[in-house]
Amino acid sequence: MQQPNKLTPFFENLNFERDDNTMVINFGPQHPSAHGQLRLVLELDGEQVVKAYPDIGYLHRGIEKMAENMTYNEFLPTTDRLDYSAATSNNYAFSLAVEKLLGIEAPRRAQVIRTMLLELNRVIGHLFFIATHALDVGAMSVFLYAFREREFAMDLMEDYCGARLTHSAVRIGGVPLDLPKDWINNMIAFCDKVDYELEHTYDALLKENRIWKMRLEDVGVISAEDALSWGCTGPMLRGSGVNWDIRKEEPYELYSELDFDIPTSDRCDSYGRYRIYMEEMKQSTRIIRQLVPMYKKSEPQLMAHAPQYISAPKEEIMTQNYALMQHFVLVTQGMRPPKGEVYVPTESPKGELGFYIKSEGEPYAYRLKCRAPSFFHTGLLQEILVGTYIADVVTIIGTTNIVFGEVDR
Amino acid sequence: MRKYTPKDNVQGKSYYTDRYWVAPRVPRHEVEADSHFADVVKVLGRLAKESYVEIEQLVVHIDATKVFDVMQKLKETCGYTQCSEQSAVDYLAKDGEFELFYQLLSITEAKRVRVVCRIKEGEAVESIEPLFKSANFAEREMFDMFGIKVNNHPFLKRILMPDDWEGHPLLKTYPMIGDEFASWYEVDKIFGKEYRDVIGPENRDPARVDRYDTKRFSRVGYEVPFDADISEGEKEQAIEYSETVLVDYTKSSKQLDERR
Repeated sequence: MQQPNKLTPFFENLNFERDDNTMVINFGPQHPSAHGQLRLVLELDGEQVVKAYPDIGYLHRGIEKMAENMTYNEFLPTTDRLDYSAATSNNYAFSLAVEKLLGIEAPRRAQVIRTMLLELNRVIGHLFFIATHALDVGAMSVFLYAFREREFAMDLMEDYCGARLTHSAVRIGGVPLDLPKDWINNMIAFCDKVDYELEHTYDALLKENRIWKMRLEDVGVISAEDALSWGCTGPMLRGSGVNWDIRKEEPYELYSELDFDIPTSDRCDSYGRYRIYMEEMKQSTRIIRQLVPMYKKSEPQLMAHAPQYISAPKEEIMTQNYALMQHFVLVTQGMRPPKGEVYVPTESPKGELGFYIKSEGEPYAYRLKCRAPSFFHTGLLQEILVGTYIADVVTIIGTTNIVFGEVDR
Repeated sequence: MRKYTPKDNVQGKSYYTDRYWVAPRVPRHEVEADSHFADVVKVLGRLAKESYVEIEQLVVHIDATKVFDVMQKLKETCGYTQCSEQSAVDYLAKDGEFELFYQLLSITEAKRVRVVCRIKEGEAVESIEPLFKSANFAEREMFDMFGIKVNNHPFLKRILMPDDWEGHPLLKTYPMIGDEFASWYEVDKIFGKEYRDVIGPENRDPARVDRYDTKRFSRVGYEVPFDADISEGEKEQAIEYSETVLVDYTKSSKQLDERR
C-alpha cells in the first residue's frame, strides 16, 4: 500500500492490484490513442474490461459561458475550437442557428460556397478519422497517406480563407469572400485525387486487409436501439443500420437539390462504420462536383440583405452615410435578434451538431447550448467497453471518432 | 439618479440600449389541426399546459413533476426515440426558477419536439435516464453547470469541472473569469495554501498586460533588455496604457476560509 506524503504523492496507477483480482488502470488523459484529453478508468479482470468510466473535462474552456458574454459575431470564431478537425461545420451550425432566429437566408452564391466548404470539411474530418483510427489499430502507412491528402484539402481552405485549422470561413448571413481564382479547378483536381486515392490507396490497404478486418470486425457492436437511446448520431447511428442523415431528412442549405446517397451498414461494428466513412467521402466529392455548375449560375451577392442585423457590403459602407451608421452600431453594440428560442441540428462529420440559442432580445445570447455529437458518443463508451479486451478499447475509441474540443467545450 | 446595475446577473450586457426599443418576438404558431404535432399534443392531453410551434419545432410546456410520464408517452406512443439534448436556462434573477428543456427527435417522422418545464431553486427533477440513456451524461452536465439535482440518476457527479469545485459555472451570478474560489484553486492544489502570499491569486483576464514583466511579449512602448528589473522606475514614454485592475483577494475582508 502506498504511503502518500508531499514528496511522493498518491499515484493512482501504482495501486492497481485489488483483493478480488481485478486491476484498475487509467487510460489517459495523456495517452496517444485517447484522441485528446480522455481519461478512461478501466477495471480489468485479466485482459477483459469489467467496468469503464470515461472521465472528461480536461479541455473544458467554458465555451457556453463565453457565448453568454460575447455578441453573436464575436462568438463565431470561438466555435472553431469545438470540433477543430473540421472547423467550418461548427461555424456553419452556429451561423445557421442565428439565421433561423433572425429569419434570414443566405444568398444563393453563399449557399453554394458554404455547401462546398461543408463537404470539403467532411472530407478533411473523415481523412483525419481514417488516419488516426488506422494509426491506433496499428497501420502506420495509412496515417501518412491520409495526412498527405488532408494537407491538400487544408491548402484549399487556406486559399479560400487564409486559415488551415480554425477557419471561421462562414459568417452569420453568408460568407465573407468569393472563391479565389482557379479555386474551383484546384478543388476538382483534389476531388479526383481523393476518389483515386480512396480506391487505390485506402481501400487497397485496408478494405480486405486480414489484420484490419480481424481488429475491426465484431468489435464495438451497438444495436440500433442502444444507439438511439445513447444519443448516437452520424456514422455511429448509420453504422447500426438506421438510415438517418439530417442532410436528407431535414435538409438545409442546398442539400435538397443535390443528388447523393446515404451509406448505411447493418453490421453494427467498427468495420461497418469504417466503410461508412469511406463511402461518405465519395459522396462528398460527388456533391462538390454537382455544386460547380450551380456556382457558375449564381449571382455574385455574398451576404444577406438585412440592414437591421447584418452590415452592408463594404462599398456601400464607404459611400453611403446610413450604411456606415448601421455598420457602426452593429460593430459596437452587436446585432439584437428577436426574443425566442431555436434549436437547429446540422450533420457535421461526427454526427448531429446542434445549437440551442435562447435570445432575450439582447446582443448577448441569454443561453447557448452546443449539442456536440462526441459528447454523447463518449457517454456510450461506459457501456460498449464492458466485456471487451483491452486491445479492442483503442479500436472502439477510434471508431467513435470523438474530438475533445467538442466533448469538453 | 444613477442607474442600478443588478448584481444577480454578471454576464455581458449591452452598454447602450435605446430607451424606446422593444425587442420583437419570434412568431409562435398554433399547432395546425391534422398535423403530426396535433397528434402529439392530443396524446399528451392535459399533461401539456401550453403548446405551440416555434421555428418548425413543437414546444410543449409541462409541469416539472410530470417529466417522466411525458417523456415515456412521447417515447412509447409517439415514436420519439432519441433525446438529442437536455439542459437548463437560468431564470433565477427574474423568476427564481430554472427552465429545463428536453429536445426530442422522431426519426420515423423526422420531427422534433422540445419539452419545457420550470423548477424552483433547490427543487430536483426526475431522471429520464431509464428511458433515454443519453440523459446519463446530459443530466450530469446540467448538475455540474447549474447545480440542479436529478432524482434516481445512476451516478450524479460533476462531469466537466473537477469534483472538488465550488460553484456552478453557468449560473448568471457566476462571473466569466471565475470567482474567488477559482482564483485560488490551482495555487492551493499545486503549492498548498501556505504559498498563497508568495504566488498570489490566479488572474484569468486574457487581456492582462503586466507592466513590469520583461520576460514575455506583453510590454508596450520602448524595448528593455530581457529580464531587466524596471520596477524602480522606467523611462518616460509617450504611449499610455491602463494596467489591469487586479482584485487582491489577500487584502479583502472576505477570506475564503472565513466563508467556510
